[in-house]
Amino acid sequence: MTARHGRKPLLTMSRIEKTFRGETVALKDLNLTVNGGDFLSLLGPSGCGKSTALRLIAGLIHPTSGRLEWSGERGVGDLGIVFQEPTLMPWLTVAQNVWLPYRLRGRSFAEAQRDIESALELVGLSEFSDAHPRELSGGMKMRVSIARAMVTRPRLILLDEPFAALDEITRFKLNNDLLEMKAALGCTVIFVTHSVFESVFLSDRVIVMAARPGRVISELGIDTPYPRHADFRTSNEYAAHTRDVSNALGEAMEAVA
Amino acid sequence: MTLPDDAAPTLDKEEEIRARRDRINRVAKWTLPSLVMALSLLAWHLYVTLKGVPHYVLPGPVPVGKSIIEDWALLWPAMLTTSRLTILALFLAVTGGAALAVAFTQSRWAEMSFFPYAVILQVTPVVAIAPLLQIYVDSAFVAALLCAWIVAFFPILSNTTTGLKSADHNLHDLFTIYGATRWQRLRYLAAPSALPYFLGGLRIAGGLALIGAVVAEFVIGRAGTGLGLASTLLEASYRFNFGRLYAALILISILGIGIFAITSLISHLMLRKWHESALNREV
Repeated sequence: MTARHGRKPLLTMSRIEKTFRGETVALKDLNLTVNGGDFLSLLGPSGCGKSTALRLIAGLIHPTSGRLEWSGERGVGDLGIVFQEPTLMPWLTVAQNVWLPYRLRGRSFAEAQRDIESALELVGLSEFSDAHPRELSGGMKMRVSIARAMVTRPRLILLDEPFAALDEITRFKLNNDLLEMKAALGCTVIFVTHSVFESVFLSDRVIVMAARPGRVISELGIDTPYPRHADFRTSNEYAAHTRDVSNALGEAMEAVA
Repeated sequence: MTLPDDAAPTLDKEEEIRARRDRINRVAKWTLPSLVMALSLLAWHLYVTLKGVPHYVLPGPVPVGKSIIEDWALLWPAMLTTSRLTILALFLAVTGGAALAVAFTQSRWAEMSFFPYAVILQVTPVVAIAPLLQIYVDSAFVAALLCAWIVAFFPILSNTTTGLKSADHNLHDLFTIYGATRWQRLRYLAAPSALPYFLGGLRIAGGLALIGAVVAEFVIGRAGTGLGLASTLLEASYRFNFGRLYAALILISILGIGIFAITSLISHLMLRKWHESALNREV
């Protein structure tokens, strides 16, 4: 946990509760502080409220009770999001898709071009800027989606199980690349996942959640310093962290209130 | 397996068969329908001549062809009249249907209030409405136009409304996160998502506009609308001029095919870069 020392809170969620239609309690008593520079994973079984928490942070839904506070003013470009599907617009080229956050703020393509090019370079797709999404593989589409989330250089990027539909080789590669991209941008990341391995490899904090009602069961620190490379996956340290997180997840699966 | 740089790529047996099949398909696409057409004309001709069918029961393809040439001075203006009516009705259906669809998706209240009436207008047979239009609308041309418009606008309205609502919900969320205005959401997300649906509606509406125009000419007649193809057809039947009747019928079909070809071409050109329906797949 030493890696987190000295970080300032970016976002604080206190006693958040979210109930849908007055009956389904999706989140109960959620307390979470996200610090600037964190790579935080939300891990848990289906229905534990991971995605609901992400949507609350994104401002797409509002808590039934509790408080969600940002430190400092939150601008439109301060937040980027990547969904489970690449969610690209098939009628636009790769570069035009990445332009979207700027386009919606009234910036012309020419004005945004430099940022678009550097975002595509960051995800390794510079050569494909004029391609249409249908010409790309699943992994490449996801990279475009990540480039779009990063183009405004946001303070916080939310990823909602972005690699769940990809094959393992592509997923490993994107995991490595995601860490590099985060380091290059210096942003904060909240990553929702079902995968213990992915959460351990990527994050410095793993929040384990339980379902019915969705709540935080435990928080584990992964203190292996960055940069982490592929050999981290085969280290004893990784195995130990994976075991701890798996145990915590096992408790979460049993802890049905 | 990699090939040396200077080696020409070799086609295996399966690929050769596929290439040959593609070549045959390309040619057959045009030759087969033409052949069917030629054989049908021949059969028609033989049936009429060998059986001695009287021309007032079924004229042969030769007299019909002759009629198209000889009556061209009469048929061509009639074709222009019907085309004008059809195209104007289609244009109004496109603008009206698309505008109403946008209104429906922008306001739930508007949709709830007016959609049932759009359905009523659609399900009531236009043949039943046309005589009423003739009574209530002074100008016969406007009455005919309304008649064709009623039939053509619903597929545009219905398809475009569905299309405008079909945009990816995650993209909607993305637009919310980036603080998009209603106008931006419509222009950059809903409208492009609706385009394939709209174009599908356009292809249906093109054919229906022609049907509407023909029905209008039949029911409302030539007064004010000028002499269209359908009125020419009706008049020819009164005069037992069956050669001209068939000539008019064929020109109506050609007009229909032309409208379908144009709307299909528009659809193809607008979607060919990105939409599944317009893409050529390798395998």
